[in-house]
Amino acid sequence: MLAHAIFFYVFSIIAVISAIMVTVSKNTVHSVFFLILDFISISCLFIMIGAEFLGMIMLIVYVGAVAVLFLFVVMMLNVAQQKNQWFNSESTTSSHIPVGLIISTIIFFELIIVVGGWKYKPELFNPNTTQSSNEISNTHSLGQVLYTDYIHIFQISGMILLIAMIGAIVLTFRRREGLKTQSYLKQISRERSEGIEVLEVQSNKGVKIDD
Amino acid sequence: MEYINLVFEEVYKILFLLVPVLVSVAMIVWLDRRVWAFVQKRQGPNVVGPFGLLQSLADALKYIFKEIIIPASSNKIIFILAPIITMTLALIAWAVIPFGEDQVLANINVGILYIFAVSSLGVYGIIMGGWASNSKYPFLGSIRSAAQMVSYEVSIGIIIINVLLCVGSLNLSDIVLAQQNIWFIIPLFPMFVIFFISALAETNRPPFDLPEAEAELVAGYQTEYSGMMYAMFWLGEYANILLMCALGSILFLGGWLSPIDLYPFNLIPGAIWLILKILLLFILFALVKAVVPRYRYDQLMRLGWKIFLPLSLTYVVLTASYLFYFNLLPTI
Repeated sequence: MLAHAIFFYVFSIIAVISAIMVTVSKNTVHSVFFLILDFISISCLFIMIGAEFLGMIMLIVYVGAVAVLFLFVVMMLNVAQQKNQWFNSESTTSSHIPVGLIISTIIFFELIIVVGGWKYKPELFNPNTTQSSNEISNTHSLGQVLYTDYIHIFQISGMILLIAMIGAIVLTFRRREGLKTQSYLKQISRERSEGIEVLEVQSNKGVKIDD
Repeated sequence: MEYINLVFEEVYKILFLLVPVLVSVAMIVWLDRRVWAFVQKRQGPNVVGPFGLLQSLADALKYIFKEIIIPASSNKIIFILAPIITMTLALIAWAVIPFGEDQVLANINVGILYIFAVSSLGVYGIIMGGWASNSKYPFLGSIRSAAQMVSYEVSIGIIIINVLLCVGSLNLSDIVLAQQNIWFIIPLFPMFVIFFISALAETNRPPFDLPEAEAELVAGYQTEYSGMMYAMFWLGEYANILLMCALGSILFLGGWLSPIDLYPFNLIPGAIWLILKILLLFILFALVKAVVPRYRYDQLMRLGWKIFLPLSLTYVVLTASYLFYFNLLPTI
């Protein structure tokens, strides 16, 4: 139990510190790395409370895919050059700070509501309300509720994600004119007869090609 | 005192696994070069030790005594962290590989997800190395490599779903035990082929070695690295290749199970069968390196997203429908 507590505090301290470093660090790429560290320590916390499936999925989805895309964008945009622009120049400050303030207040109140839910509805906090036994792993138990009781919510959230993906593609897709692409089918299905033509060349007259 | 004994016991177990893995990584490099040479009618490394077996040891000594050069304009902390992360991630995944009925370091419930998560983290070593070098070639190489690894992981994930549908558990030992009647390579043969090709792309092996394509990118993300740091990248890469071979033999070739469940074959311990299967897959990897030319980058992306992803998704639907129709779905 002691070792459990030590591990819990180590992971949670790393999580909190790296979450602070995400916002504090000057270099944007560094803050993405801290975000990754945050994700990893949170997934370790998930594993520690016995939710090993959630922890692993967190690693695969957030660290393995989402954060890689973050890193891509941040590295390609070369944000390091404009890092202090937002906070130093007077003209741009006013447009960004209020929006950020509004969003952070909303998130703060949402967090209060979630914590309040634990306080005023104790059965939410009590794990005995769901029938959990040690015989089935939590992957099985997740699957049993996800695909039976909550199937509609599950499907709808999947549809929302799909729509978001299609929307992103439609917004950024641009058909360019005069783009040369390779058609594998066309290349493979070329016959000898259409590729070459045998001509008799008369002297001093030559042949016309490309008619 | 009990705690200390417990810790020491675990450390012994870990060393008992990691030392053979590291030694076999060195041997596998030799094997790779030998196979490559034989295909091209060369001798390969044959001078140091019997059959050149100690060549990797000599190389390692050379790397240790070489100077580590850190570029002045690099981001030093991340530059040093990158090879460490690559090597660590390549080694920690071995914790869940079962070598026998109970011969596994950590028999966790979500073993296959653990391996998948660790191999998806492997991309960070490469991105960090490429970015921290602060140079054009490493950066381009690391961007290429990251895009490649992320794309092929999708198809590997869906192939794993195929196997999981037949097993009904995420535990690697359960996956092996489910193949007692028939190895999954027979019902899922198309998936095995796609898995093999995706594993080549995932580990940046030829013909998908675009991140380190020497004709265009010098050495890709490793360009600025030297000495032991370069060797760590290299060791991590080969440990990853071995891991992918082990995963392939566990998912499709029946892991530690013997091919025929008869008297003389039963006596051979399971670990030997697993090692033989890993070696077989690795020799295939080495042969592919020797005989296939390198892909172009857009062809690589097309293969991953437009061919492998739809194919493996279709096979998931087929497998699921087959299992459902004939009432073969595994129960808990």
